[in-house]
Amino acid sequence: MLQKFYPNVHEAVADVFNGAVVMVGGFGESGSPIELIHALIDQGARDLTVVSNNCGSGEVGLAALFKAGRVRKIICSFPRTANSTVFPELYRAGKCELELTPQGTLAERIRAGGAGIPGFYTPTAVGTPLAEGKEVRTFNGRPYILEHALRADFALIKGRAADTHGNVVYNKTARNFGPIMAMAAEITIVQAQRVVPAGEIDPETVVTPGIFVQRVVEVALPAHESELIKAGATYP
Amino acid sequence: MTKAASNGWTREQMAQRVAMDIPNGSYVNLGIGIPELIASFVPEDRTVIYHTENGMIGMGPPPAAGQGDPELINAGKRQVTALPGAAYFHHADSFAMIRGGHIDVSVLGALQVAHNGDLANWSTGEPDAIPAVGGAMDLCAGVKRVYVVTTHCTKDGQPKLVATCTLPLTGQGVVDRIYTEMAVIDVTPEGFRLVELAPGITLDDVQQRTGAPLLPIM
Repeated sequence: MLQKFYPNVHEAVADVFNGAVVMVGGFGESGSPIELIHALIDQGARDLTVVSNNCGSGEVGLAALFKAGRVRKIICSFPRTANSTVFPELYRAGKCELELTPQGTLAERIRAGGAGIPGFYTPTAVGTPLAEGKEVRTFNGRPYILEHALRADFALIKGRAADTHGNVVYNKTARNFGPIMAMAAEITIVQAQRVVPAGEIDPETVVTPGIFVQRVVEVALPAHESELIKAGATYP
Repeated sequence: MTKAASNGWTREQMAQRVAMDIPNGSYVNLGIGIPELIASFVPEDRTVIYHTENGMIGMGPPPAAGQGDPELINAGKRQVTALPGAAYFHHADSFAMIRGGHIDVSVLGALQVAHNGDLANWSTGEPDAIPAVGGAMDLCAGVKRVYVVTTHCTKDGQPKLVATCTLPLTGQGVVDRIYTEMAVIDVTPEGFRLVELAPGITLDDVQQRTGAPLLPIM
């Protein structure tokens, strides 16, 4: 009997430790696992290295994790968005380290980490400030830079449905980083609107196979970042 | 710099002019700003499929009020729709499409373009700016044709088309064609070459506002 089903978000994140590397799915609010992030804030782990495309908006979800002072370093491609003030303030005050990575390089570093590939050469960013200090190698007359894979201790991901074996399907463009982060983390935690018995999701439609998922927890009515911000919400 | 020309293309006309250069059957990625306007000007007899790097091909226009889904958005994080034939995919696949040369046309904005095709569009270089790059470097490294649509000069009248970019680069030698309110200009091995002038604009007008030599229309 697989024990992947967790009764609530708090138990699902209970063992996140100080200094952990945590991948957080989402592109803007789409696919952001807000309830898992809020549970992580409650849980208290600090000195985290977060891997996520953005740094959140307002003072809920990912931005609230920054606001609570739990993030030592962020690896991302676009740390500012509309309504994002928390990270810029921390960054300017020297309280959070930023590793800026082009979006496709970020995705491929994560995919490579999950696929057992330690590094790869990419044409992206050649000749730009983001290539400084990186090995350059020429293939077929074109220069490429060496990028290193990313792995994580935990990944927090939002799905539409998951089964008790950890198979996941997503909602529209909320899929974004979910499938690759699930591959790259030791412990992948999925919050899904429905957790169903094994067999209810057609194997032909599974997007993330259960081997990449260690924990599933049902969050039937997940909050949307934009709606929380509109309502003036902050967390905690 | 002389006073801005009174004639020339509007933002919508610039978008319409870019749309003329997008062939039937193309897979296209549109950047934020003026590029977003292009989709509404593609001639009706052409089918163009829009890719948004957060994970969809077959992107459609914004939803009717109240019909949107916060989890169906474009790269500018605005709500969109999915057209018949659309597909969703994860980020590594999305950037494999970009980096792997599967996207035909990318239309980007610019801060500066040099006459060798270098593009600067991600950083103003100001010391207190929060650096953010997104997918711009991947798009210009991997898409088959990279078009830039931009105002010809900055708000304070400085040329954006220059001999050498002074701002941090997004990519080296990547731009194929530039569309401004004054002209369509190709980046060629010989440098900037005029392709077409907006109504009421002369080669001299454009040259005066361009920071590198401009070759005449072939």
